[in-house]
Amino acid sequence: MSEHEYIPKSKVGKWFNDRLPLLTLANHLTDYPTPKNLNYWWTFGGILTFCLITQIVTGLVLAMHYIAHADMAFESVEHIMRDVNYGWLIRYIHANGASMFFLAVYIHIFRSLFYGSYKSPREIIWIIGIIIYLLMMAAAFLGYVLPWGQMSFWGATVITNLFSAIPLVGEGIVTWLWGGYSVDNPTLTRFFTLHYLIPFLILGLVVLHIWALHVPGNNNPIGIDIKKPSKDTVPFHPYIVIKDGFALLMFMIVFAFFVFYTPNILGHADNYIEANPLVTPAHIVPEWYLLPFYAILRSVPDKLLGVIAMLSAIFILAALPWLDTSKIRSAVFRPLFRQFYWILVADVLILGYVGAMPAEGLYLLIARIATAYYFIHFLVILPVLGFKERTIPVPLSITEPILGGSPNLATAKNKDSLINQ
Amino acid sequence: MKNFIRIIFLILSFIGHQFNSYAAEKVEYLKTDWSFKGPFGKFDRAALQRGYQVYNEVCSSCHSMKYLSYRNLTQTGGPEFSEAQAKAIAASFEVKDGPNADGEMFLRPGRLSDKFVMPYENEKAAQAANGGAYPPDMTVLVKARGGGVDYIYSLLQGYEDPPTGVSLDDGVYYNKFMYGNKIKMSNQLSDGLVEYSDGTNATVEQMAKDVTTFLMWTAEPHLETRHRMGFKAIVYLIILTILVYFSMKKIWSRIETEV
Repeated sequence: MSEHEYIPKSKVGKWFNDRLPLLTLANHLTDYPTPKNLNYWWTFGGILTFCLITQIVTGLVLAMHYIAHADMAFESVEHIMRDVNYGWLIRYIHANGASMFFLAVYIHIFRSLFYGSYKSPREIIWIIGIIIYLLMMAAAFLGYVLPWGQMSFWGATVITNLFSAIPLVGEGIVTWLWGGYSVDNPTLTRFFTLHYLIPFLILGLVVLHIWALHVPGNNNPIGIDIKKPSKDTVPFHPYIVIKDGFALLMFMIVFAFFVFYTPNILGHADNYIEANPLVTPAHIVPEWYLLPFYAILRSVPDKLLGVIAMLSAIFILAALPWLDTSKIRSAVFRPLFRQFYWILVADVLILGYVGAMPAEGLYLLIARIATAYYFIHFLVILPVLGFKERTIPVPLSITEPILGGSPNLATAKNKDSLINQ
Repeated sequence: MKNFIRIIFLILSFIGHQFNSYAAEKVEYLKTDWSFKGPFGKFDRAALQRGYQVYNEVCSSCHSMKYLSYRNLTQTGGPEFSEAQAKAIAASFEVKDGPNADGEMFLRPGRLSDKFVMPYENEKAAQAANGGAYPPDMTVLVKARGGGVDYIYSLLQGYEDPPTGVSLDDGVYYNKFMYGNKIKMSNQLSDGLVEYSDGTNATVEQMAKDVTTFLMWTAEPHLETRHRMGFKAIVYLIILTILVYFSMKKIWSRIETEV
C-alpha cells in the first residue's frame, strides 16, 4: 500500500506486524499523502464517518429499549422519551442524526460533482459511494417506520406499494414484503431487522470506499494528478486530521442546535399520532432528504414509469463517470460546466420543494420541468459539454501557481471567486 | 472559507424554510408569550399546576393521558407537586388492579406508580360516547399537531358562530382554527369555569394558556434538562472549536499561511 516498507521499532511490534500488519496499516493511514490544497468541502468524508458511528452507537442503545411490535412500538418510543435515562437525548440524536447524515452526504456528493471526483481513476470509489447512498436511503426509510406513527405507517404503505407497479409479479412481491395483506406487525419486525442490518453493510462498504480511495489518492480542488509524496502533499496526520476535526466540530454545533433546541422540526407532526390503518393523513410526505425523488416519482402520470424514473434518477449517477466526457476534472477550469452545475443544484432544490407540496396545478408543472431538466443535465448536457466546452488551462502542480512564474497564477489565486460566480 | 459558510447557510435556511411550509394551512394563530420557548426557556411552575387542574377538571373526562404516571407530577422540571400532593391526587382515582388471590379484579386507590386513569375502557367506548369521534390522547398532542402549542392555544379560543352559508350537523361545532373548521368537540372553556387554588382569575385565555403549557410539558417532560444541557454542550463545542482552530493554524503554519 505505502511507498516505503514500514518496520516497527519494538521487537514485539515487529513480531506482531509480521503476522498481522496492523501497524503497517496504521502507519499507512497516518502517513497517507494528501493533497495540501483540499478545501473544507473535503472534510465531509470524515464527518460522514462520524455520522455513521453516531447512528450505530445511538441505534444500539435504542434497540435495547425499543419493542418491535405493532401494538407496543409507539408506546416503547414514548417510554424511551420519558423513562429511559437520557433516552430523549439518544433518540433525538438518532432521529436528527439521520437528517444530518443526509445533509452531509448531499454536500459530499455535490462536492464530487463539482470537482469531478467521479472521473477516472476513481469510478469504483464513486460507484461504491452510490451504493452506500442507496443503502442509506433504505436504512432511513426503514428507520422512519419503526416509531409506528401515522407517517411511519402510511409512508411504509406508499413506498412498499411502489413494488406493485412491477408487471405480473408486483402484487406478489408486495405481499411478500409485507408478510401479509397489509402493512402490519410482520412488516414492522422485518423492517426492524433490516434497519439493524443495513448500517453494518454500510460500514463494510465505507471500508471499501476508503480503501478504493487510498489507491489513487484524493482528488483535489484543481483536479490534477499529483505526485505522492511531494511538495503538493501533506501527511494525513496531523494536517488533515486537525482540519477534519475542526470542520467536524463546526458540524457538531449545528447538529447540537437541532438536537437540543428544535428536535422535531425536521420530522412530521403526524408521526406523533399512533399508526391507524383506518385514518389516512391529509398529506403523506417522506422525510426531507427523499423529497426530490418523491417529486420525480409523482411527476410521471404512470405508476410504473414513475418508479422507473425515480430509480433512474439515482442509477444515472452510477453511469456519471462515462456520461461526463470532459477530460478536465475540476469545475474551476470549466466555466460553462460551472454554470450548469449551479443550475443542477437549483434544480434539485426545486424538486425537493415541490416534493413537499401537493402534486397539483403549478407545483406539478414545475416538478415535471425540473424532472426533465435533471435527466437532460446528465444525458445531454454533460456528454455534449465535454466536446464543446472551452476550458481554462490547467496548472501542472498545486505548488506551481503559488510559487509564481506560471501563466495560471491568477486562476489559482482567484479560484474561490471563480467557484461562486 | 467564507464562501463555504455562505453556501452551507443558504442550504440550511432553505431546508428550514421547507419545514415551515409543512404546516400547509396558513392560519394566523393567536400569539402569547410562552415561558418555555427559546434556548433558556423554562416551564412556569404555577402555570403547570393550574394547567393540570384544568386538564383534570375539564379535559380528562374525555381525553386520556396514557403515557403519564402520577409520579411524573413530582418530577423536577414538571409541575413539581410535593410527593404528598401527588399521592393525594393519585389516591383520588380508582385503579383497576388484579387478579387477586381469588382471581377477581378489584378497584383500589391510585398510587404514584400508576399511569393516569383513562376516561374510557377503550377507543371504541370513547367513540361511542362522543358521537363517533375519538378524543385523542393528550400526552403528546402538541407534538402531533402542525401548529404545536399555538394551535392548541388558539383552538381552545377559536369557537364562533358559523358564517352564513355554512351548515353544521348535530354535534359538530365551528372553530376558526380547526382544519376544515368543523370540530366535534364543543366549546369547553368559559370564564370562571375552574376555581384556581392560587387565586388566579380563570379567564378563558388564562385557562387556555395554562392547559397548553401543561400539555407541552406532558409531551416534552425533559424540556428543561434539554435546554440546560444544550446550552452547556454548545458552549463547550464552541470553546473546543476555537481551540482546535488555533491549533490547526499553528500546525498548518509550518507549510501554509492559509488553511
